[in-house]
Amino acid sequence: MSDKIVQSAHFDYTGSKLGMWLFLFTEILLFGGLFLLYAVYRSLYAQDFHNAAQGLSTALGAINTIILLSSSLTMALSIVALRQGRIKYSIVLQTITILFGLAFLVNKYFEWSGHIHEGIYPNSPELLSRSHGEILFYGLYYVMTGLHGIHVVIGMAVIAVVLSFTARGTVSSESFNKLENAGLYWHLVDIIWIYLFPLFYLIT
Amino acid sequence: MENNFYHTPGRYSGIFGWIFSTDHKRIGLLYLGSIFTFFLCGMLLGLAMRLELIAPGRQFVSAQTYNALFTVHGVIMIFLFIIPGIPATLGNFMLPLQIGAQDVAFPRLNLMSWWFYLFGAVVVLTSLFTGGGPPDTGWTFYVPYSVRTGTNVSLAVFGVFLLGISSTLTGLNFITTIHRLRAPGMTWFRMPLFTWSLYATAWVQLLATPIIAITLLLLMVERSFSIGFFDPAKGGDPILFEHLFWIYSHPAVYIMILPAMGAITDIIPVFSRRIIFGYKAIAFSSIAIALLGYLVWGHHMFTSGMSDFSRMIFSLLTFLVAVPSGIKVFNWVASMYKGSIQLDSPMLFTLSFIFLFSIGGLTGLLQGALATNVHVHGTYFIVAHFHYVMFGGTVFAFFAALHYWYPKMFGRLMNEKLARIYWLILFTGFNILYFPMFILGWQGMPRRYYDYLPNYHTGHLISTIGSWILATGVLLMFFNFFRSLSRGEKAGDNPWNGATLEWQTTSPPPTENFESTPEVTKGPYTFR
Repeated sequence: MSDKIVQSAHFDYTGSKLGMWLFLFTEILLFGGLFLLYAVYRSLYAQDFHNAAQGLSTALGAINTIILLSSSLTMALSIVALRQGRIKYSIVLQTITILFGLAFLVNKYFEWSGHIHEGIYPNSPELLSRSHGEILFYGLYYVMTGLHGIHVVIGMAVIAVVLSFTARGTVSSESFNKLENAGLYWHLVDIIWIYLFPLFYLIT
Repeated sequence: MENNFYHTPGRYSGIFGWIFSTDHKRIGLLYLGSIFTFFLCGMLLGLAMRLELIAPGRQFVSAQTYNALFTVHGVIMIFLFIIPGIPATLGNFMLPLQIGAQDVAFPRLNLMSWWFYLFGAVVVLTSLFTGGGPPDTGWTFYVPYSVRTGTNVSLAVFGVFLLGISSTLTGLNFITTIHRLRAPGMTWFRMPLFTWSLYATAWVQLLATPIIAITLLLLMVERSFSIGFFDPAKGGDPILFEHLFWIYSHPAVYIMILPAMGAITDIIPVFSRRIIFGYKAIAFSSIAIALLGYLVWGHHMFTSGMSDFSRMIFSLLTFLVAVPSGIKVFNWVASMYKGSIQLDSPMLFTLSFIFLFSIGGLTGLLQGALATNVHVHGTYFIVAHFHYVMFGGTVFAFFAALHYWYPKMFGRLMNEKLARIYWLILFTGFNILYFPMFILGWQGMPRRYYDYLPNYHTGHLISTIGSWILATGVLLMFFNFFRSLSRGEKAGDNPWNGATLEWQTTSPPPTENFESTPEVTKGPYTFR
């Protein structure tokens, strides 16, 4: 116990948060490159983008949005639970968050396989027969949602690690910054989707 | 046994005590060893290129091999040597010492950055010997050629991607360290200017590198799935790749030069025994260079196809970058005015830095002007300019800093007499190697060409002879470096009488850097 107190006296909470926020900046910039491509090609091929977006299912997109928003809620609640010392409740909420992430990916899988089944995937004969703007729209769709999907997987892995720390007691009501940082990362994953959803599904 | 970080037992012993160490000093030296190795690799490739160009026609390599040579020379020198060059080696070692901290903010992340660096380096080197052979695109990986070529571009690009992660995490670490771990009394304006330059660099590393990461990812995706983002046949735009590439790669130039300028700024007051002139101006000019550096990428693309209006804006902004750079040069010179200058080896390298960097910088303005740019774009003039800034600038500053901080890192002095000899060899060889390139370029010799017309022969011949002289100097320096590790004269804690915090502890420092947390009461260049 005394060892823990010494550790927490040396531990820089603000520094850990600062580092995490800086990291989130880099993630936003990473996606920024793709948003830049989207902006350029949307302005070049506005009509094609409009037509292509008709092919995406708003319902599936909306379901995934609801799933991710709910997962952000359970994530935030798990932090509150941990800080109140309700370890078991926090563990349950973290597990639910991971399951939400999984549900998102399953939904995404069916959505992608639907498109691939229709013959719409990068460099497919069907897609190449379409207009330039539609080729680029679906290219962006696969790359952006794909990269986002990878981030969902990373986020789930991070939460799973923190979950095991919570079970072992290394993450606790006194030392919760790891869970908070995992939460920040998860919210980032969420917020990127919040931008992807309207760009691909809503504005047609 | 002496109390220094070499002798403190850690969790692991032997080699594992190094490669799994989270001590910023050990990690700094790990980086130093790595970049020395890659510098020598890059230098050998450069020598091979110069040898091929000694006379018109084929000498000893094929055109394809030559393409691979200049690509790999560029990739190694830029991504493996010069970008991690000063910040990850000397920065890692000196930053916590200069601000009176025990370590960086995230020591384990720091170690992870080195592993990312090493892993990236291994991937890059693997790409040379596997698949379709070494990449032949030039270090800029321009599409469409980089998408079409059968050489091993994807793997090389993935390696560079990993190196980018390493660089980003180092930047993140340094920013947090400077914000959170300054010793009591170490206010922002008492920080040494090397630390200031690392701070500005770290922001560029953090905010620019993700752009190259996504660009390279897109290139890999294009090569694997042919989506068509950069393929006009599918509606894409190859120029967009150039934009994305230079949005990172121009700021990257400042990742290379800013810490070099910072090291120079720390050395000049010590060897002039005088306070730095214009402390705040130098600190803010680092920040200004970092900011403006983001806005000038278009000047790499003046001939690529861009509206006249954008070209004028980019040209104007390019000229603006010269202002903070000029502020630094004038302040360095003013700091030496009426000082009692000691021409020890760090100072010799520093002075030659100012000279060479000024040539490199001023010829940069020539290219920033739209009319001359069209004339010199893609010629040896660019090659000369780039090497004057990067080799004459950053690498000479790196050498200066190595000689300056050597006693701090190893507790011994490098042989001063030998250092002066090879300084002269390096300086002479450098100018013989690169100055003819200005003339060749002005006469119209295109860069990256395997062969050339006979009327360029003299310039190329002189240049190749210069490359041998320069390489001799480099080898002598390495000889001195490694020989002095064991044979060098004992340096004592503060051989140059520096006033910054790193000189106030023992040499080499103990693992925890200072016996007790230092209390800072005065500025970094206050000599008595």
